[in-house]
Amino acid sequence: MIASIFASRILNDLLGGITAGVVIGLVALSLVLIWQSTHVLNFAQGAMAMFATYIGMTQLDHHLNYWVCALISVAAGFVLGGATERVLVRPLYGKADINPIVVMVGFLSLLEAIAAAIWSGTPRFIDPPFSSIFFQSDGAPTGLSPFALFQIIAAISVMAATALLFRFTKLGLQLRASALAPEVARLLGVRVNRLLTLGWALSTAVGAVAAVIISTGDTGLYPANMETVFIAGFIAAAIGGLESPGGALLAGVVIGVVMQFVNDYFNSGYAGFVGVILLIVSLLIRPQGLFTKNAQRRV
Amino acid sequence: MSEVSTTPLLSLENVRVEFGGLVALNDVSFSVSRGEIVGLIGPNGAGKTTAFNVACGFVSPTAGNVNFPQAGKQNLRPHQLAQAGVARTLQGVGLFTHCTVLENVMAGGQRRPGGDFLTSLVGLTRGAKSEAQLRTDALEALDRLGVADFAKKLPSEIPYGISKKVSVARALINKPSLIMLDEPASGLDESELDEFAELISEMRKSMGVVLVEHNMEFVMPLVDRLVVLNFGQVIATGTATEIRSNPDVLAAYLGVDE
Repeated sequence: MIASIFASRILNDLLGGITAGVVIGLVALSLVLIWQSTHVLNFAQGAMAMFATYIGMTQLDHHLNYWVCALISVAAGFVLGGATERVLVRPLYGKADINPIVVMVGFLSLLEAIAAAIWSGTPRFIDPPFSSIFFQSDGAPTGLSPFALFQIIAAISVMAATALLFRFTKLGLQLRASALAPEVARLLGVRVNRLLTLGWALSTAVGAVAAVIISTGDTGLYPANMETVFIAGFIAAAIGGLESPGGALLAGVVIGVVMQFVNDYFNSGYAGFVGVILLIVSLLIRPQGLFTKNAQRRV
Repeated sequence: MSEVSTTPLLSLENVRVEFGGLVALNDVSFSVSRGEIVGLIGPNGAGKTTAFNVACGFVSPTAGNVNFPQAGKQNLRPHQLAQAGVARTLQGVGLFTHCTVLENVMAGGQRRPGGDFLTSLVGLTRGAKSEAQLRTDALEALDRLGVADFAKKLPSEIPYGISKKVSVARALINKPSLIMLDEPASGLDESELDEFAELISEMRKSMGVVLVEHNMEFVMPLVDRLVVLNFGQVIATGTATEIRSNPDVLAAYLGVDE
C-alpha cells in the first residue's frame, strides 16, 4: 500500500518538480537580492553564475575534491558579483532604467562568448557527489535521489541563511537600510556604496550555488547552461513581486512542479510555455506581484 | 544656559556653493559649540537646507571649508559624520518604511565596533554580543523619548509626532556631540511642540544643537544664537532679542527694500 503511494506517478512528479523548483527559487532569490539593493534587473545573473562555476569546477582537472571546487565556484561568484557592481553597474546609477538592462544583456553575451573561448562549448559532465539514482520503495523508484535530496537541502539552507542574515544581523539591517533610503543610511554612518557591492557579491554567490547544482549531473556545464533556469527564475521573481525573497522561492517551486507535471502528462515541449502563461496570469491578477505588500513598484 | 566650550564642534568658513550658474550660498560662516543651540533661519529659498547639506557632505563647497574642529576633521563625507560624533535628522522623518521602529533606531547605531561581515554571517560571539547591546541601547533610546511601546510597529502604523521622536531617538543612539535638526517643529501640534522644545533644551546639556526652523514662535525662545540667511548670505547673527530688532532681518522677512 505505502509502496504504491511512494511509487505513484503523482508523487514522483511532485518530488521531481520540487527538486527543480528549489533551484529556480535560488535563481529568483539572487535576482530579488540585486533588485532590492540596486533596482537593477540583472539579465547576466545566470551567465555570471555559470562563469563562476567554470572557474571552480575546472579545478577538478587539478584533482581537487568536488566540495572544494564547489566552494571555489561560490567564492568566484562572490568576487565576480562585487567586481561587476563596482566596474559595470556603479557608473549607471541615476541614469535611465534601460541603461543597466542593455549593459547586462551585453555582459551576458560577453561572458558566454568568453566561457566558450576558454573552456569550449562542449558540455562538461561533473560527477555528482551523491548518487542520482532514485530511492527505491519496495523495488519501485520514488522520484527522489540522494543527490536531489542534497539539492533541496542545499537550496533551502542557502535561502534560510540569506533570510537570517537580512532579518537578524546588523549587516542585514545595513543592507536593508541602504536599499530603502541610501541618503538616510549614509547619515547614520553606513558605507552605502560598499554595501551595494556586497549585495551584488552575495547575490552572485547565491546564483553560483544554483549553477553548481545545475551543472552537476545530467545537464552538464556549458556556456548557456543557465539560460533555461534563468528564464524560469526570472518569471518566479516577477510573480513573487521582485521585492519578496520568500515569494520568489515559493513561485520558483510552483513553476518547477507545474513544469514537471506538464512534462510528464503532456509534452516536454510545452513546459517552456508554462512559466510564461503563469507569469501572464499572475500579472493580470496582481500586477504588483503576488507577495508584495505595497501596490507601487518602480519599474 | 550651560557653559559653552571654546573649540567649536562645527564651523563653516567662508563657504560658497554654486549649482550651475546659481549661487546658493555665498561666503557663509558660522559655528556651533557644545552647550549651545544655534538656529538657522531665513525666508524660503534663503539657503538654510543647502547650508545643512554642505555641512553634511551631501553637497561639496565650491569654495571655503566645513570644519569639525573638535573632531579634528574637515569636509567630511555623509557616512563619516557618525564617526565624527555628528547626527542629523531630516525634514519629515526619513524612517525606513519596511523596518520596525526598533530596527530603525538600531540602524542608527553604526559606530560601535563588531558586527562586521564575517561575524554577522557566521554569528560569532563578538557580533552577536554587540547586536544584543545595540538592541538594548535602541530600546533605551526609545524609552528616553517615551516611545518604547511602539518598538515593534512599522513607521506606517504610528502617528506623525511619534515618528519624529523615533527619528530623534535614532539620531541620539550614538551619543553624538553635535545634533543637526532639520525642521524639528514641522507637523507637530501645540503640546508636541512644547515637548520637543523641552527635549532640545535637554540635549544642550550634553551636546551642541543646530536647527533649521520656520516656526518662529518655536525657535525664538529656544535658541542661544540665531544665524539669519537671505539669498545665500548671512545677513545677521545674534540672540533672539537682537535679531528681532535687526532692520536687515525685518526687511528680508517683510520683503521691504532698503
